[in-house]
Amino acid sequence: MAKFFAVTIIIIAILSAIPILRHTWDAPEDISTHGALIDEQMSETMAEAGIAFLAAQFVLAIFVWMFSNRGPDAKITKFPGGAKGLVIAAFLVVGIEVLALGVFGVKAWATVYLTPPAADAMPIQVQAGQFAFYFRYPGPDGKFGAIHPELVNEGSQNYFGLDPEHDPASRDDVVAAEMAIPINKEIHLLMHAKDVGHSFFVRELRVQQDFVPGVDVTLHFTATKVGKYEIVCTQLCGLGHYNMKAYLEVMSQQDFDDWMKKEVALQ
Amino acid sequence: MHDISAPAVHHHAPPTSFIRKHVFSLDHKVIGKQYYALALVAALCGMVLSWMMRIHLAWTNAAIPGLQLLSPNGAPGGVMTPEYYLQLMTMHGTIMVFFVLTTAPFAAFGNFFLPIQVGAEDMPFPRFNMMSFWVTFTAFVVLMASFFVSDGPTLGGWTQYAPLNAVGAVGGPGQAMGVILWMTSIALFCIGQLLGSLNFITTTLDLRVKGMSLMRLPLSAWAWFITSCMGLTAFSVLMPACILVILDHVAGTSFFVPSGLVMNDQLLPHSGGSTLLWQHLFWFFGHPEVYIAIVPGIGIVSHILITNMRRPMLSQRVLIYSMGALAILSYMVYGHHMFVSGMNPISSLAFSFPTLVITIPATIIVLIQVFSLYGSNLRINSASLFALGFISMFVSGGVSGFFLAQPSIDIMLHGTYFVVGHFHMVMGVAAMFGIFAGTYFWFPKMAGRMMNETLGKIHFWLSFVGAYCIFMPFHYLGMAGNVRRYSTFVDDYLQPLIPVHRWITVAALITGAAQLVFVYNLIHSRFWGKPAPDNPWEGTSLEWSTATPPPFDNFGGKHPVVYHDPFQYGVKSSAGDYVMQTSPEQVATEHEEK
Repeated sequence: MAKFFAVTIIIIAILSAIPILRHTWDAPEDISTHGALIDEQMSETMAEAGIAFLAAQFVLAIFVWMFSNRGPDAKITKFPGGAKGLVIAAFLVVGIEVLALGVFGVKAWATVYLTPPAADAMPIQVQAGQFAFYFRYPGPDGKFGAIHPELVNEGSQNYFGLDPEHDPASRDDVVAAEMAIPINKEIHLLMHAKDVGHSFFVRELRVQQDFVPGVDVTLHFTATKVGKYEIVCTQLCGLGHYNMKAYLEVMSQQDFDDWMKKEVALQ
Repeated sequence: MHDISAPAVHHHAPPTSFIRKHVFSLDHKVIGKQYYALALVAALCGMVLSWMMRIHLAWTNAAIPGLQLLSPNGAPGGVMTPEYYLQLMTMHGTIMVFFVLTTAPFAAFGNFFLPIQVGAEDMPFPRFNMMSFWVTFTAFVVLMASFFVSDGPTLGGWTQYAPLNAVGAVGGPGQAMGVILWMTSIALFCIGQLLGSLNFITTTLDLRVKGMSLMRLPLSAWAWFITSCMGLTAFSVLMPACILVILDHVAGTSFFVPSGLVMNDQLLPHSGGSTLLWQHLFWFFGHPEVYIAIVPGIGIVSHILITNMRRPMLSQRVLIYSMGALAILSYMVYGHHMFVSGMNPISSLAFSFPTLVITIPATIIVLIQVFSLYGSNLRINSASLFALGFISMFVSGGVSGFFLAQPSIDIMLHGTYFVVGHFHMVMGVAAMFGIFAGTYFWFPKMAGRMMNETLGKIHFWLSFVGAYCIFMPFHYLGMAGNVRRYSTFVDDYLQPLIPVHRWITVAALITGAAQLVFVYNLIHSRFWGKPAPDNPWEGTSLEWSTATPPPFDNFGGKHPVVYHDPFQYGVKSSAGDYVMQTSPEQVATEHEEK
């Protein structure tokens, strides 16, 4: 029974590692300027955690194989070095690993969150509400009109609660159900929650950020590959949570300019 | 075998009426069994909910027989609606975390065995103890009652994030009465656990018999003591938070709802609240809760391994300090649940470091447990197999914590099945394996009969392999970006992942069915099992020095005297290869804790 346990645990450990080694279910290709740092951090952590996982399971299996049901006359011995060596090893190996991951990880985090957006970054506001995203561009005047929650009316398509009658800045705002951005242009995303908590997740962009009702949070990123990608909500927001999604379309600058002209004409 | 000295003073007499003996009992052993029965019922409910969820996730339009009877609106024709999926998911998480993972390893085993292991007749406050169980039982009834209110249980998940938890019916089905019942239930649960924690702490500190120094306590007793210290601080934060949410519903307050929110084109009449406040309060409880679920398992498994290895751990002192370090650090790491929540990004780095550091005491615990096997003479039985399974699962679930401890990686993994796989393995399956190990080990003392070992081993193999088949693929799904808490996978990129979900569902159904083997074994052995001797595993701690099952006052009206620590195995004594704590016999030992 002990040997069967040992073999089983080794087989499980190896089978568990195969999809990781074969990259069967890896995240899709990164399309952001900051994503490489996250991917690198992920790979390093996978290597360290993977070695720890396999080593622990293998040692457990070997010891169970060797030291189980040895009969009444078996001599009980002690692991050479006792607990002291193990504690020192844990502090040194895990401590160094922790420091390395912690210190290097700061760089990737800082790139996304601790650096301000470039002065010429393109502002886009995204509003999340049960169960749709809406996107707003400031229009030719470069200014967003103010949000008046009491004016929100989905029936008349005033998703943001704009007041074009009294607020000139809102008159040329472009509101869309899909997010179009130009390639290689930094985007400054202004995130506004209309009702409850939501989240903005684009796997390819290596971006995930919650919306905080009552507080507008911001995010900045640059997309590097033309294409159409799904934006999904990852914060449980109610019965339609599973169906809350939109598309991000990364375009060439020319295509984006054409798209914007068309949208402005539609407003 | 027993060395019992001074007669004890009875502070309460054995009850004679059925009600006092079996229902409103003051006896810690009866209360322990009541907690165990509650956890068992709750676990079966939680498991059936998970089966229904898994079937729906794999085959969205599948009709589940009988489900329409539970909720004609939530499952018309047996096919689950998206909101009903979320309601079942919320109840599954709540039932499992609170009423199984907290009650079974801590309140059930701790109640039964902590007083006996310290040599006491009972807890110091038996009425509080009785109240602790019945308040917890009431909490469970209140929670389950939400299945039967008009729009069903809350759909907000076991974390009940604000402001969805505080806006009322406009938030969706179950967000009015369902939330109020959830919050009431959990506030009651907190009261029950606070009363229990007070008893555990006082029992450990004040009721130890002569010779039972703190360092002579078994590791299981240490684990319950450390857990009760965590419980006292964690539950006392969650309880008022729940009350504040109830006030937001019924008293017109706005603790968790800010101004300017619009739902159904209506401006909500709230202002001044903070949604992040709820997250801070919840996770200040929520992360210690992870350790409240797992630390008793660490202690129980260590205790069981020592008995079966026939040797002490390499250092019980290091294990105790490591469990203590987990408890202290658990309060400093809670913000890793909030890396992308919108809190200050500097805070994320501040919470990340202790989260990484907590892997050091966790690693030490695993290393001590694994390397103590070296040179031992491990007896393989159902209890020790589940103890070994616990270590394997704790490692597997623990290493994925490395990823989630780092804010930059959390950007990709937060809110995905990777998190689901991580916590199910490390605090779900590992803790359940601790409960199973404890059951196979202590059942003889609790019920006076042995459990069937063959059925126990069948249960282990199906559970062990099955748990890996279910929860390892969760990690892969998360790495591919599969978002959790979706009732149906409609996103384009999720379509290729549906076969993986089907594999998980089949594994979950088989593994779940294997738990029925355990339930059968438990019930059959309770009535028809082989009568258990007083010390079937040749253990040394005090529970094995008294009769099976223990008498009402635990030691037959006497206080035991303790001469040794409970780790005296692999020695030559008149009893065999061990010396009981109550034996005055002096033998040459590897070490002796004073």
